[in-house]
This record gives sequence, C-alpha cells and structure tokens, in this order.
Amino acid sequence: MTRPRVAVFKMASCDGCQLQLIDAEEALLDLAGAIEIANFAEASSNMQPGPYDVALVEGSISAPEQIEQLEKIREESGLLITIGACATSGGIQALRNGGDLDEAIRRVYPHPEFVKSLETSTPVADHVKVDLELTGCPIDRGELLNAISQLLQGSVPRLATTPVCIECKRRGYTCVLVTRDEPCLGPVTRTGCGAICPAFARGCYGCFGPSESPNTEALSGAFLAHGLSPAQARDRFRFITGSAPGFAKEAERLDKEAMAT
Amino acid sequence: MTHRSVEIPVIARVEGEGALHLKVEDDRIEDLRLEIYEPPRFFESFLRGRHFTEVPDIVARICGICPVAYQMSSIHGFEELFEVEVPEGTRELRRLLYLGEWIESHTLHIFLLAAPDFLGFHDAIEMAASEPELVKKALAIKRLGNDMMEAIGGREIHPVSPRVGGFSKAPTARELGGFAGRLEDALAELPGVAEFAAGLPLPVLPREVEMVGLVHPNEYGINEGGMGTTAGRTFPVAAFEETTHEEHVEHSNALHSVMTDTGLPYFVGPLARYNLNEAHLTPVARKAAEILGLAVGQNDPFYSLAARAVELAYSIEDALRLLRDYEPPDPPFVDVVPRAGRATWATEAPRGTLYHRYDVAEDGTILEAKIVPPTAQNLRRIEEDLRGFIPGVLDRPDEELARLCEMVIRNYDPCISCATHFLRLDIQRG
Repeated sequence: MTRPRVAVFKMASCDGCQLQLIDAEEALLDLAGAIEIANFAEASSNMQPGPYDVALVEGSISAPEQIEQLEKIREESGLLITIGACATSGGIQALRNGGDLDEAIRRVYPHPEFVKSLETSTPVADHVKVDLELTGCPIDRGELLNAISQLLQGSVPRLATTPVCIECKRRGYTCVLVTRDEPCLGPVTRTGCGAICPAFARGCYGCFGPSESPNTEALSGAFLAHGLSPAQARDRFRFITGSAPGFAKEAERLDKEAMAT
Repeated sequence: MTHRSVEIPVIARVEGEGALHLKVEDDRIEDLRLEIYEPPRFFESFLRGRHFTEVPDIVARICGICPVAYQMSSIHGFEELFEVEVPEGTRELRRLLYLGEWIESHTLHIFLLAAPDFLGFHDAIEMAASEPELVKKALAIKRLGNDMMEAIGGREIHPVSPRVGGFSKAPTARELGGFAGRLEDALAELPGVAEFAAGLPLPVLPREVEMVGLVHPNEYGINEGGMGTTAGRTFPVAAFEETTHEEHVEHSNALHSVMTDTGLPYFVGPLARYNLNEAHLTPVARKAAEILGLAVGQNDPFYSLAARAVELAYSIEDALRLLRDYEPPDPPFVDVVPRAGRATWATEAPRGTLYHRYDVAEDGTILEAKIVPPTAQNLRRIEEDLRGFIPGVLDRPDEELARLCEMVIRNYDPCISCATHFLRLDIQRG
C-alpha cells in the first residue's frame, strides 16, 4: 500500500503553526511512518513535486504571486487543509486591511516601488476551495494530529465549535471577566487552546477565532459595562483574528459607536 | 567562456522562505542573489495606534520560533520608559522562560536543521531511521525547552503570561520543581552533544569581522545589558540606531546592516555572544567549548554551531541555578502607568540581538515602532560569506555546490519570517 503523500506550504505567516508539527516530535516520527512527507521545506530538503493527497497551508495571501502558488497547490492536492489564524482569517497582518497600503509601505521601505504586496491580507478560502480549516494562533497540536489521523482513516474530522467559556467551566477555572474585570473573549471564541489565558489569569484574546454563532454584541455590552470605551472594546475584537467575519462585524459596529462619541 | 547557473528555488530547513540565485562565468561570480520572497507583513505599520499593553501579544506573532525574544524586547523597553520596578523574582522567571526558548531553538537547529547536512540526510526523520538514539536524545532536550516555556508561558508558541509589569500569573516552585531532574539529565548528555557537534565536518572560513552582542557585567547577556563588540567598542542600546546603519544597496531593495562609522557589515548571534560573554560561562559549557575547540577570538562563522552547543550547555546550567532558589514573584505583576517618550531595548534572541524602539503617547498609545531583527542584521554577512566561500568549491558539481551554499546560509540559523516582517530582499549585483 502506498502511503498518503502530505505536503506543507507557507504563505505570509510566522512559521508557528508548522512548528507545531515539528514540535510534535515523537508523534511526528510516528506519523512519518504512516504518511510520506513529500514537501515540508522548514523540516526537510527533500522536496517532491505534486500531486499530493493532503496539503497543509499556513499563512495568509498577501502578495500577488501567492495567488498563483495557491492555485497550483489546489490543483495538485486531494485535500487542502488550512492551518492557523493567518490561513483561516488573514491573520494579525490583516490589521493593515482598510488602511492605506502605500503609506504602510512608505513607512517601512526606503524604496516603495520595489515592494509587491496586495491591498489586503486574506484567508486562503477567499481564493480557492478549502476542505478543512484549523483555526488558532498557533493551531493546537493535538487537534492537528487528530485531524490528520482521522483523514487518513477516511473519516471527516469533527472539530469543537463551542466557546472557550464552556472549556473554562469544564476545567473549573475562575472567571476572569467576573472576578478580575479582564475583558475576555472566551464567550465568543472557539475553544481548542485549552483555555490557556484564563488558566493564566488573563482574558482570552481570540486566537482561535469566533465560535459558532457568537453573541458578540452582548459581550461588547459587558465590556462597556466594565468600563471599556467603545474604541477599547473594538480593539479587543480587532486583534489576532480580527478579520474573521464574526469579529470583524462587531469591531465595525463598535467603531461606528466610537466615532459617534 | 563557461557559464554555469545554480538555482536553489527554496532554501530548506530555515525558518521562512528564501531562494538563492548564483551565476558563474569562468571562475568568477557573475551574479549572486539571496532572494527573500516571503512577503512583508507590515508590523511596524499596524502597531501604530495600538496600546502598549497589546504589543507583547502582537510582536510575538512576528516569529513562531522566537516569540519570547519579541515579547521580552518590548516589555523591558516599556518598563524602562515607564520607570517600572519589577521584583527580582520577575527578572529570574523571565530569564528562565528565555532560556527555555534558547534550549528549544538551539537543539532544533543543531540536530534537526543543521546536522542532516553533514550526515547526508534530507531531514531529521530520515536521520531518526539510522540514528534513532541520537534523534531521541535531541528530541528529549528540545521537549524540555518547550515544556519550560509551556509551564511558565502557558504555551511554547506565543506564550500568554508575559506582560508589561511581570507575568499575568507566575508558576509555583512546586510547578517548576520537576524540571530540575530533567535539566540534570539533559546536562549529562551535553558532553556527548559537544562531541557529536565536534565530529561534524564543518567547512573553514576564518575572516575579519566585527561581532556585536549584548553584554552585562554579571551574567551572560540575554535580557538586559549594553551593547558590546569584538572590536572592543561599547555603546548603550539607546544608541543602537546611530551606531549601526541600515544601508540601501544599489539595484536592490534590501536594507543591509553595517556599522555606521566603518561602513562594514557585522554579525550577531551565538558566536558573537560567546566571544563577548565567555567569562560568564558555566563549567559544563566551558567543557563543551574545549571539546569543540572553541576559544575566544574565533572569527570563523562556521563555529556558530559550536557556539550554539556551548550556549545549550550554558542554558541548562543557568536554568538549574535559577530553579534552585526559585520563588514566584509576588505579586506576579506590578501596576504600570504609561508616560510619553521613547522606549528602546535589545535582548538576545537565539539567533542574535533583537532591537525594538517605540515612541509612545502619554496614554500609552504607540506612535511609531521600529524593529531590527537578528537575521536582517546578518543578511549582508551571509552574502559576504557566500562570496568568500563559493570560489573555493566551484570545482564541485551543481548539486553539491547548491547544498554547500545552503549550508553557509543555514549556518546563521536565519529566521526569514522575522527578517521580512519589514523588508524584502532582492540582491542584484554585477
């Protein structure tokens, strides 16, 4: 039996999500027995051409040549899985979206004419069909390994869609929003991290993106009641996964409120 | 006239993505381009307008391999500007967290990224098939670094607990207690690690170069100190942007770091730190240096791997020292009141000096940000090394020549993801 061929690709990102795969260490060695790692530049100089059974794509689309690269990956891959906040929502670098790109380039480059960049940083699914999205900044290693092994067995991985808030209750953590006045995105953020921030006595800041049908407006109300200004509440949503539709919409609404006051 | 062209479209086993284009005519390098095609992410632009409390979480995202370095350079900078005094325990816990990152990153580089080059493997997975014990030991040390970061920071990639003023929560002595035994076990492996590294057939390329790093009167420079160089100069971190200079090269959109007065490239990283901080090394680290034939004054960049192994030993020994009388800082964080002004700070990321500057408004809003990552400072040196190295190996077939060039680049453990959050490189000369 031939082993499924898996490839890892990177767009605009910090490398952290593919590092989760390298950090799996012995689990990666086990996995390497079950699959053929056909292309994984960060870990190996053995880079095989496609086709691939599974492509893992990290990073957002923010340069023109990445669109072509992505289309080629899509063509050559049976399943395309996006990994991380950048690939699934545009990432933190999407904070520049809506701003003046020329101004952004001028600010960091002495010769702006050399810089090729798209106006926006966008998720992979805006450009090609994606079969599975793993959110997180970074993704959770267990969720990734689980998803890969379920796919290898021919089943569709089921990912948690409940919020961090539920996870926190399950683990018996003290609520940081209630007891510490910490503006916590736990009620509206998909779980996956294990509720690390509340465990470390701080508010969730949304690494895993919106949970299923998040009631963001109610949470904003709580933030304002805790003394945050509309602009401060807006910036809670406009952060690591700020371009995910569930958070972007609420940030826009709060932005209007901030402008009005 | 013979033309020869060697292309490495994707440099493997480095963080981030780059390419090398080399054209040779007769025995002369006609064109050499280290191309970094990773797109810019404009951090310095979107940091503007954010609150200082958000900065450590934002800048961590510049690099998945060295997030602690980014968090620390920003946190220390703000604390100095805002005149925040943190308890000694906070200082020690930060160093412990940072050492976890050094242990993780150095082990990753030595065994998973660099070693396969010398042993004829494509990657550590192949290497594990024929050297299972070696890879198993390396992974255990790497896991130890990761676990330290997870225990202190909540997770090893983008830790959540570090904040301006301290930690959101500090682990108890009991929570960190289990690490002493594991660190002792790792330390026992270190002479073997040094012997392994000493046995790797490294190329030789001694050259005159000024190396730059953080120096501190009482300890191996990591979190705090002033700048020092192997040419004997010292300067405060606040003078970093005057003392070094990012030069714009003709026909290129690259910024290359050079010393402002000499106009010459310098380099940062483990070998620079070793040369500047050797006096603070611990016994096993010294022993490792001896095994590796590393001595102060060594200017061959290929000794970077040796310096990394020495620093790995040092990191483990220093972590043991810090753990011995660890008491959690109480309170875990102190209150911070912002004020207007300029924050500058540098810390030592695993791959070298990481400089941050923030101009801050009275209410703590960021007005301007400037970040100089280690790999950006080393890019010019990497290119110079390639120019020095290639003429001696032109007799090799293309495939081997390409592999050797990759080794020269990989030797700096470059983090292209870091380097390109603000610059895009396309070297064209000739």
